[in-house]
Amino acid sequence: MLSVEEKQEIAKMLEACPMPRAGCIEALTVVQRHRGWVSDEGVIDVAALLGMTPAEVDSVATFYNFIFRGPVGRHVVLLCDSISCWVMGYENLLDHLKTKLGVEPGGTSADGRFTLLPNVCLGACDEAPAMMVDDELYGRLTPAKIDEILERYP
Amino acid sequence: MERPLTQHIRPDRSPLSISEYEKTGGYQAARKALKTMDPKSVTDTVINATLRGRGGAGFSTGRKWSFIPKDAPPQRYLVVNADEMEPGTFKDRLLLEGNPHQLIEGMIIAAFAIQADTAYIFLRRAYRLAAARLEKALAEARAAGYLGKNIFGSGRSLEIHVHMSAGRYICGEETALINALEGRRANPRSKPPFPQISGLFGKPTIVNNVETLCNVPHIIGKGVDWFKSLALTEDGGTKLYGASGKVKKPGLWELPLGTSAREILEEHAGGMRDGLKFKGLLPGGASTDFLVEKHLDLPMDFNALGAAGSRLGTGTMIVMDDRTCPVGFVHNLIRFFAQESCGWCTPCREGLPWVEKTLAAIEAGKGKDGDVEILEMHAKALGMGNTYCALAPGAMEPLASALLYFRDDFTRHIKEQGCPWR
Repeated sequence: MLSVEEKQEIAKMLEACPMPRAGCIEALTVVQRHRGWVSDEGVIDVAALLGMTPAEVDSVATFYNFIFRGPVGRHVVLLCDSISCWVMGYENLLDHLKTKLGVEPGGTSADGRFTLLPNVCLGACDEAPAMMVDDELYGRLTPAKIDEILERYP
Repeated sequence: MERPLTQHIRPDRSPLSISEYEKTGGYQAARKALKTMDPKSVTDTVINATLRGRGGAGFSTGRKWSFIPKDAPPQRYLVVNADEMEPGTFKDRLLLEGNPHQLIEGMIIAAFAIQADTAYIFLRRAYRLAAARLEKALAEARAAGYLGKNIFGSGRSLEIHVHMSAGRYICGEETALINALEGRRANPRSKPPFPQISGLFGKPTIVNNVETLCNVPHIIGKGVDWFKSLALTEDGGTKLYGASGKVKKPGLWELPLGTSAREILEEHAGGMRDGLKFKGLLPGGASTDFLVEKHLDLPMDFNALGAAGSRLGTGTMIVMDDRTCPVGFVHNLIRFFAQESCGWCTPCREGLPWVEKTLAAIEAGKGKDGDVEILEMHAKALGMGNTYCALAPGAMEPLASALLYFRDDFTRHIKEQGCPWR
């Protein structure tokens, strides 16, 4: 069941859409903001609200990088893996993060704090190598700098 | 040297408020267009200014606008493509974060030219800061009466909505972007019909890049001759050029369109880092062909780079030094394209992973005789005209040109059964 808040937020977003199903991505985004990720139940809830089938909603949800169909940690680390960051040392940073968090890409640390997701070009190529943690962008990374940044996310 | 797009952007990129923007002459061009011009004269001005799309394809902006049929129904849409996801590209971020009102003014004028009363900004989700600043600027513009009903007393209305993309590279392709805006999977659509005829919700739709639209207020405000005089080449205006990779000063500079690759690389980016030599560069993002030493004095513009077998693309170059493995470099690019392929058409869905696996094997020292020929076959088979959209052909541009200029590096990997750079 969608909560009252979820319904209100989705309704507000649908104002910009000529038809309910055009707000499918917005609705999934709202659900994810409230629940951390989009479960099967979330897909079914959105489908019922927009007059779509769950399969239709799932086909949208699984297409996009930022709709999570599995649970994630309290914070999401998006490490840029595209060309400029690769040139500037992405592979070393990935190894560092894998060791530090004890996960493979896509995994969540045992304490539930971080999910590590390599991500396509973050548009910070002049600051490479770069990553985002939740909504915050960090550039010119080194392993030491990564350690210091992660400390800020309990 | 004039820098109309960036001259008022502060070094720390903190955005201009509406009153600060108006102090720089902001919103005067929108007033002029809506109060003293008609849609056709606005469109003709932009055509005559020879503004070409800054998102990669380089199509004449005004001509694109003019393709909306004269007798089209009144419901039309303007869409800003702010989905900057081409690896190596970081130019629109500056315009969005540093001066969002400039984009809004460009949108007001463009919407007037195509007579649209609804516009969408399709923004990539990673640009959280840009999203917050855009929303604030939109609220300021609404409060000032520059958006909403009867703008500047002209009788024209405009509503602007921001759509935060859920993230997929193919969304930058205009018809895929339209599908995403309709809440669908972002597969490209077949053309024709072109979006100018039948686009968003089946209505005539114009999709323009951020940098493209930011030029529009300056063209209307200062005129065609001034705009053409900014450039060193036959197409008008300045260009945001960027450089990333192992150069001394990676960054972004607004320069006359047609500035040479050498000037950007050596003067603005400060040349290669100490101890490194220049080996090649992609002039305009991941989906452009390599340029090498012999090309460096070419003007970075649409026609000259086209004649050299590459493309201006987004104008943000990715520089490759002699200590970076070209096979690894291309492998990284192809991995991106294989991952981001939408899967709609077979050559792209099946071909790109095959190329990626072949490159991975070569890089890992498991390359076989004939692998280079397999790569060459794909470069043709996934080329322009053989796929549903331009994603796979774009992916083949760095591959085909790497095979042309760095072929020995590929064969050496196979012969030595390992990567000489690792």
